[in-house]
Amino acid sequence: MSGLVSAWSNVDGRRHSWRPDGWRVALFAIALLLGIPVLAVLRFVFHPAGEVWHHLAETVLQDYITNSLFLMLGVSLGAGSIGVVSAWLVTACRFPGRRLLQWALLLPLAFPAYIIAYTYTGLLDAAGPVQEWLRVTFDWSFGEYWFPEVRSLGGAVVMFSLVLYPYVYLLARAAFLEQSAHAVDAARILGSGPWRAFFRVSLPAARPGIIAGLSLALMETLADFGTVQYFGVDTFTTGIYRTWFGLNDSAAAAQLSSLLLVFVFALLLLEMSSRRQARYHDGANHGRRPAAYHLRGGKAWLALIACLVPVLFGFLIPGGQLLAWAVQTAPYMVDGDFYALVWNTIALAGGAALLALLVALLLAYGKRLRPGPATALVVRMSGMGYAVPGTVLAVGVMIPFAWLDNTLDGWLRAHFGISSGLLFSGTLAALLFAYVVRFLTASLQAVETGLVKIRPAMDDSARTLGYRPAQILRRIHIPMMRSSLLAALLLVFVDVMKELPATLILRPFNFNTLAVRAYELASDERLMDASSAAVAIVLAGILPVILLSRSMGRNDD
Amino acid sequence: MRWSLLLLSLLISLPAFAAGEVNLYSARKEALIKPLLERFTAETGIDVNLITGKADALVKRMQSEGSNSPADVLLTVDAGRLHRAEQADLLQPAGSEVLDRAVPAAYRDPQGLWYGLSLRARTIVYAKDRVDPKTLSSYEDLADPKWKGRICIRSSNNIYNQSLVAALIDELGEQTTETWAKGLVANMARPPKGGDRDQIKAVAIGQCDIAVINTYYLGTMLASTDPRERKAAEAVAVFWPNQQDRGVHMNISGAGIAKYAKHPDNARRLLEFLVSPEAQRWYGEVNFEYPVVQGVAESATLKSWGTFTADTINLGRLGDNNAAAVKLMDRAGWR
Repeated sequence: MSGLVSAWSNVDGRRHSWRPDGWRVALFAIALLLGIPVLAVLRFVFHPAGEVWHHLAETVLQDYITNSLFLMLGVSLGAGSIGVVSAWLVTACRFPGRRLLQWALLLPLAFPAYIIAYTYTGLLDAAGPVQEWLRVTFDWSFGEYWFPEVRSLGGAVVMFSLVLYPYVYLLARAAFLEQSAHAVDAARILGSGPWRAFFRVSLPAARPGIIAGLSLALMETLADFGTVQYFGVDTFTTGIYRTWFGLNDSAAAAQLSSLLLVFVFALLLLEMSSRRQARYHDGANHGRRPAAYHLRGGKAWLALIACLVPVLFGFLIPGGQLLAWAVQTAPYMVDGDFYALVWNTIALAGGAALLALLVALLLAYGKRLRPGPATALVVRMSGMGYAVPGTVLAVGVMIPFAWLDNTLDGWLRAHFGISSGLLFSGTLAALLFAYVVRFLTASLQAVETGLVKIRPAMDDSARTLGYRPAQILRRIHIPMMRSSLLAALLLVFVDVMKELPATLILRPFNFNTLAVRAYELASDERLMDASSAAVAIVLAGILPVILLSRSMGRNDD
Repeated sequence: MRWSLLLLSLLISLPAFAAGEVNLYSARKEALIKPLLERFTAETGIDVNLITGKADALVKRMQSEGSNSPADVLLTVDAGRLHRAEQADLLQPAGSEVLDRAVPAAYRDPQGLWYGLSLRARTIVYAKDRVDPKTLSSYEDLADPKWKGRICIRSSNNIYNQSLVAALIDELGEQTTETWAKGLVANMARPPKGGDRDQIKAVAIGQCDIAVINTYYLGTMLASTDPRERKAAEAVAVFWPNQQDRGVHMNISGAGIAKYAKHPDNARRLLEFLVSPEAQRWYGEVNFEYPVVQGVAESATLKSWGTFTADTINLGRLGDNNAAAVKLMDRAGWR
């Protein structure tokens, strides 16, 4: 505890000297532990570039890079604009339907990207009901009319934007909500119109939140496998999978993975630098929020439509289609097994969310107490797992766990003649660890976004008043960060619920989740049969969304 | 500390190696294996513990678990992956006369490391109203310019296409196969996307005239509860290529006993059950696959497609040629 107390005086960041102490050691230990899976894969990088690598460079690598870049660009524009505009509209403006929309806008978050992709393909594909209706109604035959191709690069951008914009919305809205009246009022008193105030004051002040949300969305985009594979868009993830398993070359696959990690690293640096430049603590926040713009007539309609469109296409249409399918297939798909799946999924996602939150709090506090570029980098690196494709990450988890088990077993056999077998591999522990590695960034971003808003001066005042660090955390930080902490829990909960490749590879015997069930059926093109599980994932995902939104709304109005 | 001890004891107690059970790593999806396993348990009293997943991942898992692996049986849906498990020294001979007798030599490993359990034919379907089946002949013919813009086939990421090309490499050599693949790519009606059912639907609506698919997809579509799927499936007909020479490209779903199996006897019983007439009929009736055992009655749907000559290339060759096939398809621009 004494280390903690002495550490607290460092909060203003005056001392940057590098002494090993409890916090730093803990930070490094956690980061290293979380880095093991990535390292276990990346160690192959130092194998010399083989014949397969040359083959890739000559044939498909350029496609992987262009497609991944185009996806990122498209999703930045799509998810970014939807997220920011809707977040600003529901926080800064008043229009009919706003209260409903402010939580409805989060709903697409409950959709795994591959499910929405399958659903829209089922609807809009050449063989789907929409085009069939067109053909029958206008007596066209295929090829006589133009219709956008769902399964294309552009289609993938739309799918990702529709389900990933809530990340931007969530963190941007939290940032807008925490903005005080003063800056915006000042801008408006000085004669700025609402647009000018938005672009000159609100938007820059919310930038850390927006970029944090966007980098989450982009990392999910980079790590996606199911959607791009189904759409026939070759990206790094499909390339890694194909190289590893089809070409049976783990070294070349690892070299591809590291190239992917370069992209991720660039995202993390961007996000870090935006945070550094933008440490906006409101000088004296008395909790008053800027006066809202009351929209009427046409403007109110426009705002309503702007917020309704993403909900409509990101949730209502695909959700309605799934529900319609589920109604037909539920009688033979929903049985006792199915309820076990629901329970497994919720328990697993809840446990992982709590675990990730604890680790994120530890890391975020360590960084606050021991500021400096090295700690910042270490903390950021612990989140790298987010962009590693689930399949690769799972293998990275599997190898060291099995090594540990087998080494321990060998040692026990040699010295005591007993066998411990596999202690960790194939247990829920391995799975939970994989989830924390994969999704830590999500809770870390949320916790840090909350923490950065609390001025260090407040910690100092509390210290002066005789509060001990643990009390400061409990009495001051946690209440102030409540919405951020909830966001952290929710993001991981929903992510784990949708997670697929790692679950598939690492789960113990006879243990299935909804995502596994939905994917197994959907990937077999049995979309209708998959719909019950998909609907359950979405429903379970909605509950925390509502919970979160209500708590966020508490300091609204 | 107390917590970690509690956790540890909990974890130790989880992988119980009790008698009367068998642990199965299955690349066959739960819905397409569990009913059979339940029947096995009912008959023998042996519980089956199941993990499903992609074959590659399951093989990697067995590899890293090493001699402590709980897996007794590895079940895959293609021969190449079984061959790869064999190469990685993950399987042991089953030593079962029942299996050797039931499974024809082409569809099992000579040493009994793995056995085919059901057969999957990768063949050509054509639009009934637009294509004269007389114009169809062989896989090789698919590269002929007369099919320009008329063929649908899924991505080269798919293992069935990789196996098909691997078999062609074995038959024609790498160079001829690459020329063939380039011709096929030039004939594609659209960039490859979706699964085999998608290709059938595309033929049905006229996006292409012929498609290469595994027949059981057509079977499940014909039996679908969705009228749209049934209608699409009814618009196409099956053509069996290469009947004058080597026959239709076949793949298997198959299984082998894990090298470090803790329940090898139960594993053997499970495999023997899976080639019993009852189980063999089930594949055909539920998933429209062909039985691997001769003389088992085929389901009505299978009968309706007629009989055909099947390629008898040793399926282990598919695994040997897999990497070459993938690279060849990359070079040919088969996405």
